[in-house]
Amino acid sequence: MVTIQNLRKKFGKNQVLSGLDLSFGAGGIFAILGPNGSGKTTLIKSVLGMVIPDKGEITVLGKNITKNSDYRHQIDYLPQIANFPSNLKVKELIKMIKDLRKSTKEDERLIELFKLTPFLDKKLGQLSGGTKQKVNLVLTFMFDSPIIILDEPTSGLDPISMLRLKDLIQVEKEKGKTILITSHIMSFVEEISDEIVFILEGKIYFKGTITELKTKTNQPDFEHAIASILTDNHA
Amino acid sequence: MLKILKYSFYDLMRSRWSYVYFAFYLLLGIVLLFLNNDLSKAVITLMNVIIILVPLIGTIFGVMYYYNSKEFTELLLAQPLKRSSIFLGQYLGVAISLSMSLILGLGLPFVFYGLFESSAIWDFSLLLITGTFLTLIFTALAFNIALSNENKIKGFGYAILLWLFLAVIYDGIFLLVLIGFEEYPLDKVSLIGTMLNPIDLSRTLILLKLDISALLGYTGAIFKQFFGTNYGLIVSFIALSLWVIVPVLRIVYKSKKKDF
Amino acid sequence: MKKLVVFMCVILMTGPIIAQTLEVCKTCAITSVQAAIIQAKAFDTIVVKKGVYKEHNLNVDKPLTIIGRNQPVIDGELKGEIITIISDNVTIDGLMIKNVGTSYTSDYAAIRVKRSKNFTIQNVVLEKLFFGIYVERSSDGKILNNKIIGDAVEEYNSGNGIQLWYSKNIQIENNTVQHVRDGIYLEFSDFCTIKNNLSSLNVRYGLHFMFSNDDVYEDNVFSNNGAGVAVMFSKRIKMYNNLFKDNWGTASYGMLLKEINDAEIIGNTFHDNTIGISIEGSNRIIYKHNNFRNNGWAIKVRGACYTNTFTENNFLYNSFDIAYNSNVNDNTFDRNYWSSYTGYDLNKNGIGDIPYRPVKLFSYIVNRTPETIILLRSMFIDIIDFSEKVSPVFTPDDLLDNNPLMKKAIW
Repeated sequence: MVTIQNLRKKFGKNQVLSGLDLSFGAGGIFAILGPNGSGKTTLIKSVLGMVIPDKGEITVLGKNITKNSDYRHQIDYLPQIANFPSNLKVKELIKMIKDLRKSTKEDERLIELFKLTPFLDKKLGQLSGGTKQKVNLVLTFMFDSPIIILDEPTSGLDPISMLRLKDLIQVEKEKGKTILITSHIMSFVEEISDEIVFILEGKIYFKGTITELKTKTNQPDFEHAIASILTDNHA
Repeated sequence: MLKILKYSFYDLMRSRWSYVYFAFYLLLGIVLLFLNNDLSKAVITLMNVIIILVPLIGTIFGVMYYYNSKEFTELLLAQPLKRSSIFLGQYLGVAISLSMSLILGLGLPFVFYGLFESSAIWDFSLLLITGTFLTLIFTALAFNIALSNENKIKGFGYAILLWLFLAVIYDGIFLLVLIGFEEYPLDKVSLIGTMLNPIDLSRTLILLKLDISALLGYTGAIFKQFFGTNYGLIVSFIALSLWVIVPVLRIVYKSKKKDF
Repeated sequence: MKKLVVFMCVILMTGPIIAQTLEVCKTCAITSVQAAIIQAKAFDTIVVKKGVYKEHNLNVDKPLTIIGRNQPVIDGELKGEIITIISDNVTIDGLMIKNVGTSYTSDYAAIRVKRSKNFTIQNVVLEKLFFGIYVERSSDGKILNNKIIGDAVEEYNSGNGIQLWYSKNIQIENNTVQHVRDGIYLEFSDFCTIKNNLSSLNVRYGLHFMFSNDDVYEDNVFSNNGAGVAVMFSKRIKMYNNLFKDNWGTASYGMLLKEINDAEIIGNTFHDNTIGISIEGSNRIIYKHNNFRNNGWAIKVRGACYTNTFTENNFLYNSFDIAYNSNVNDNTFDRNYWSSYTGYDLNKNGIGDIPYRPVKLFSYIVNRTPETIILLRSMFIDIIDFSEKVSPVFTPDDLLDNNPLMKKAIW
């Protein structure tokens, strides 16, 4: 679905990605992990075309992404910080995004799911962080695209919504979609992901299942496995 | 692009700043016309306002809008949209809503005053056209500054500096150069100097209407050709259009290269 | 009453006997004007009927009245001068004269009046001319209701519409003069009246005085001339209620005063001229009740001008009100209306409470470096003008209107 070859990106003097190679097959949930500043978000944004790589090639569904922007029709993206034009009402924002992408009926079900109906006529500037994140989720999941990218999807969510999100992700996976997730919540990652990708200093340090990771690091559980990678490399 | 333009425009039309701007022009128009009762004087005062205030407001508004809608821009960037259409759409949204505030704010009092029966309609239309050009130019320059500066404070600083430079400092330097080299033939230099500053350019365009007799007082043949015929009007409009096109092209270019 | 009846009878009875009327037409006994002049006796009337008469060098050497019926044409075929009057009491009326010869050595005119008195030239139409009506060393004449339309393009090969040279007491009224070099030109001519004329589109001046004194010109319109009106080296000229407009172009002006003393300039309107009035070395002139509107410079003062007074004039929307090239001032400005005055009138007496400075620093700069005109109305210029206003350095600090009017002066 997505292949990345020799991806390099420098911000000023800071080499964020240094020759990263990665590919995701069709179907499955992939968690992208790494310490702060390791280049997770840069990687995701490169795939989305928001960051222009210095070097390297990215293809999505077999097409080079530098050619044109249409491939983004195949991707649903949940940005990390959900900040919307504060003058718009929730209803209008949803309508607008539909207008910009394509028409869908899915939004009604999602609004119901996240109990957003009372907020529809509120302006986005007046919403709490959690509610904004729910709106963000609605906007992401309402299009039925084969690739879903979620950047910190759990931030600000209450436990019930968290459960609903997990269900939602599972349902999408059943449909055979490729789902990329970044998260700091290890339990969440462990619970839902099929495979993890660990990025360190701009390169892939590890790619495989959680079991493989445990074996490799000789640790009994996932959190310790991650911690051991970090201590081994920074100690 | 048109969809982005539409939403940016709606967004701005809802913001109270558009109304403040509109109300300011409305008030200005009413005060000038109905308290002053002298159309010629009103047109001269309006010229000063347009030359100075329109660029200032265009710059500040452009920078402000860009920084304030950053997150929204990022949301749009993840959608299947061309980058150029996102930024051009936003740019046009700001520029058009500002121009509309200007045209309606000043136009309405003048229409009620009975402008259509007055011979000042051409002077007045020229004022509004120049004002619109200045809005387009300075909003584009503001977007350029904002695109090149992640830091909001820096961006604002540069924008104000740019305005100050073009509105005042440039003319000071220009005057010193002209006086300093007064033994040399200067008419070409002074015309080129005018073309290089959109505020001077607009001022000259309006002078062609208001002060043509003074401009013709100078004996230089190039001046005479420039101001005495339609040549000056045409060249000025072409230069103004270039002042819109070049920064807009840079918006497109810059936005394609930029990381978000 | 009785006397009048007797007088009328004498006129009626003796008229036909003494003064004869000769008719000129293609089928008449006399077929040329030349022949009629030769046959006529003094005080005869020659009536020229409709037709084209190809004649030139017509010498009117006796008191005659030559009247054209239905505008007959005398066509000089570019061969030289057409009518020359060398006798007193000659009247020319209703002719159309065209194709005057052009020469670089002699000033051929359509009608020349030479050393004559009491002449009248009226209702004449002149076309394709070199000089139009040329009056030399003559006096007590009238030039009325004539229409002079030339086709001058360059100064050096064109002549003037109406020219007076060493003449006195000439009345020039209701004439239209266009497309010649100078519309009306007076040299060494005194006590003349120029009234109600339209002089426009002339290559050089609409009206031109040289070394002529005690003349009056009033209610004339001078528009679109190379340079309006020039009054030079003359004394006691009265200029009333004239309109000077659209005299545009480099170094063009509504009126030029050069070495003029004791003149009166009252009630005139100057609008849309590059310079309203350009003044050089002129003293004791009264400027009153004039309107200066939309000129580049309302008044441009060069050289020494002393004891001139400017009162109750309106200065409206001129790019510059007054330009001065020195910082010495001996002229008085009082009770004028200046549209760019920004002061206030707290005691509501119609007079601004702070004086107005009509000379801006920028006008001084433009005088020095003319190209700087391109910065007119720039914000930077406003700032330096303001600082000069607060503390004058380059402009005469006593050049003030201490009583600027708050409203337009009406008289």
